Amino acid sequence: MFDYDVMIIGGGVAGAASARELSRYKVKACVIEKEEDVCCGTSKANSAIVHAGYDAAEGSLMAKLNVRGNQMMEELSRELDFPFKKNGSLVICLHEEDMPSLQTLYDRGVVNGVKELRILNKEEVLEMEPNISDNVYAALYAPTAGIVCPFSLNIALAENANVNGVEFKFDTEVEDIKRIDGGYKLMTNRGVYQTKCIVNAAGVYADKIHNMVSEKRIHITARRGDYCLLDKSAGGHVSKTIFALPGKYGKGVLVTPTIHGNLLVGPTAIDVEDKEGTNTTREGLDLLIEKAGMNVRNLPMRQVITSFSGLRAHEDDHEFIIGEAEGAEGFIDCAGIESPGLTSCPAIGEMVADIVSKKLGLQKKEDFIATRKGVLDPSTLTKEARAVLMKEKPAYGNIICRCEMVTEGEILDAIHRPLGARSLDGVKRRTRAGMGRCQAGFCSPRTMEILARECNMSMFDITKSGGNSKIVVGTNKDTL
Amino acid sequence: MKQYDIVIIGGGPAGLAAAVSAKKNGVDSILILERDKELGGILNQCIHNGFGLHTFKEELTGPEYAGRFIDQAAKLDIEYKLNTMVMDIRADKVLTAMNREDGLFEIQAKAIILAMGCRERSRGALNIPGYRPAGIFSAGTAQRLVNMEGCLPGREVVILGSGDIGLIMARRMTFEGAKVKVVAELMPYSGGLKRNIVQCLDDYGIPLKLSHTVVDIKGKERLEGITLAEVDSKGRPVPGTEEYYSCDTLLLSVGLIPENELSNGMGVEMNPVTSGPKVNESLETNIEGVFACGNVLHVHDLVDFVSEEAAAAGKNAAVYVKTGVGKRSGGHDIVLKAVDGVRYTVPVTINPEHMEDSITVRFRVGNVYRDCYVSAYFGEERVIHRKRQIVAPGEMEEIKLTKEQLMQYADLQEITVKIE
Repeated sequence: MFDYDVMIIGGGVAGAASARELSRYKVKACVIEKEEDVCCGTSKANSAIVHAGYDAAEGSLMAKLNVRGNQMMEELSRELDFPFKKNGSLVICLHEEDMPSLQTLYDRGVVNGVKELRILNKEEVLEMEPNISDNVYAALYAPTAGIVCPFSLNIALAENANVNGVEFKFDTEVEDIKRIDGGYKLMTNRGVYQTKCIVNAAGVYADKIHNMVSEKRIHITARRGDYCLLDKSAGGHVSKTIFALPGKYGKGVLVTPTIHGNLLVGPTAIDVEDKEGTNTTREGLDLLIEKAGMNVRNLPMRQVITSFSGLRAHEDDHEFIIGEAEGAEGFIDCAGIESPGLTSCPAIGEMVADIVSKKLGLQKKEDFIATRKGVLDPSTLTKEARAVLMKEKPAYGNIICRCEMVTEGEILDAIHRPLGARSLDGVKRRTRAGMGRCQAGFCSPRTMEILARECNMSMFDITKSGGNSKIVVGTNKDTL
Repeated sequence: MKQYDIVIIGGGPAGLAAAVSAKKNGVDSILILERDKELGGILNQCIHNGFGLHTFKEELTGPEYAGRFIDQAAKLDIEYKLNTMVMDIRADKVLTAMNREDGLFEIQAKAIILAMGCRERSRGALNIPGYRPAGIFSAGTAQRLVNMEGCLPGREVVILGSGDIGLIMARRMTFEGAKVKVVAELMPYSGGLKRNIVQCLDDYGIPLKLSHTVVDIKGKERLEGITLAEVDSKGRPVPGTEEYYSCDTLLLSVGLIPENELSNGMGVEMNPVTSGPKVNESLETNIEGVFACGNVLHVHDLVDFVSEEAAAAGKNAAVYVKTGVGKRSGGHDIVLKAVDGVRYTVPVTINPEHMEDSITVRFRVGNVYRDCYVSAYFGEERVIHRKRQIVAPGEMEEIKLTKEQLMQYADLQEITVKIE
């Protein structure tokens, strides 16, 4: 009578990591996602940082999973072939009187199990990062911090779960959940499903989902963070992730190179009512530009190529809620996953899978496929290997996105792989086509043509990101 | 490795005119590398008329204008490769390029002409706040969708920026059945040609709001509306002036940026004002034998002037190939300085020994000036003083200098171009 052993609500990093870890077991599992693709909420718009682990309170679940996730990330990036780099981070202290706060971070890091932490003096900081403000007094250096491609991480986890048998249902929104004997009934816009277990990885909506089944309410606030992304020509401005020390000027913003060589500045922190309220504001953007300049000098803000905002799923107690919800057997929360959620996701997946497998008494599979290959980036090949590839598949000789030098071959790969791209944003997150300095001006009509051809869609059905986000609305003169 | 005397990057109007001119000036070994599927560049999507008034003394559409040069290139047997992306150019003039047929290949050139054109500034570059729904296009992208694909990007349109493409698209969208509600321009003057304001907006009753910008974008999936506000003299929105427009489409025509990633990669020195290479009287960059012309050098208003400039670059490249390296001895460089309302000049230096009998110096002004003079000072002496009723940033200006004139000033170090 049950459609699934477990249904995971949400295809962000927490849901995808849980799905991937669960797919190690003999289990009938399904991820349901209200958007048209994985990685459409908090997971797609964040700082893309792999935190070292000195921020979260000692003894908290957040601290434990952060440090564990950080330790797992490198190995995972090799297994699942997504870009990750340990570039290290600096927390900048500008004033001598703030040194106790820096020391607190250091001490907390040590307690949390963060390795190799060091406090650097001004000279050491400036030698390491010449573009740090001259006002720097000291900094906390964490060599274990890193940067990751959040899209690739999320997509890799989901693809690997899918290859290992987890189903994915997109454009499927949970409307209600009812308790039934031995499990739950999920009412969605696309039908009713019965499942023994539920994993609630619904991001900013995790409170809404949780409160459908549990008397003990939780509350998640959507906390918006605005970001500016700068051109790759500015990507070398700093080499490490530069954090501000929270001090008398409030919480600062970070400046970091991205894994693809851009420079990222942000985020702000503004609580919003609307759980879809991902609109940037003038005040937010102005504020972050002002704050970023305090720690890093001569930021080339004229080189901004885009700005965006993401919503953190902030739980009232600022702690991850992972475990069976009170009074709701078999309903496993994976809620309050805000920073360091991206870092922690491998460990979150492990923990969720452990809980669910024990609950259902699952057995491990013998034929689990632990590795996955990402979309092949021909620029990573030797000239000879690239020449061979182009001979076999001429589409790799056809550049579609000029700014990021993305070939038709990569776009075809992104469309035809498991959980392939169906929209411009889907292609963009998998290949970077449209993510460069012209922001899809040149390539979007060409990518649309490829999508239409390969997916047997009409140009009029192509969307930016599913739903009603159609790119074109009709043909010339169709109303005349 | 294949070798060519002249390799031209870009088969748009600049690259074509440069190729034709180089061939006519005696160089046979020429190759054009074009990244699109046909020659002609952006002209192929510019199906409106108004091209060629200077060059051909008649009014042509963009594809017709391009066709004239494509025909000439064909008659002259000029070699070209389509769908070919140049990945990298080294300072020793070895190019790495790629296409479906040849894969990755290298070419050694004696001379290179940079003719890559420009791209449009995006919403991101303006940092306009709000949501990021579908329905926001650069004017050129919308132009391609309408004119090349037959697809209508939207039905109710607001246009930000009064650059020429934006103005042309206001008219085009109207032709195709869309309602263009307003064109907003951040500056107190239009960035486009006067004739385009008249023929594309005024003739269709489309309002132009100067000193206005978009301050918010609404719509989570598809655009639902935008908020316009008036801006003060520093370009900051004035609170209380916000006005909401419902629309499903926002077109941006907010500036063009020369595409100089390849030039930067090979070490060509740039002018920060134009974002194009610094060139001398021969349109030659700081790297000997590397020339630039068209919108990659500085953004033009009229393709006729692109063709003229590119023909000069082609000829100079031909002369360079025939005379060989090191011919540039003798004489000295006169530096052109742009001051008092003049933002830049192309070229930035002139060596009278190497110039043709006359040279056109092109420049743009930074503001609208009425009843003014365009002046050129040779050292302290005012030599050119031309009365103008109006000069504006949207219209490129020029002065002509002759070799004879410059030769009279033996030790001249500097020419200053200014608005008085």
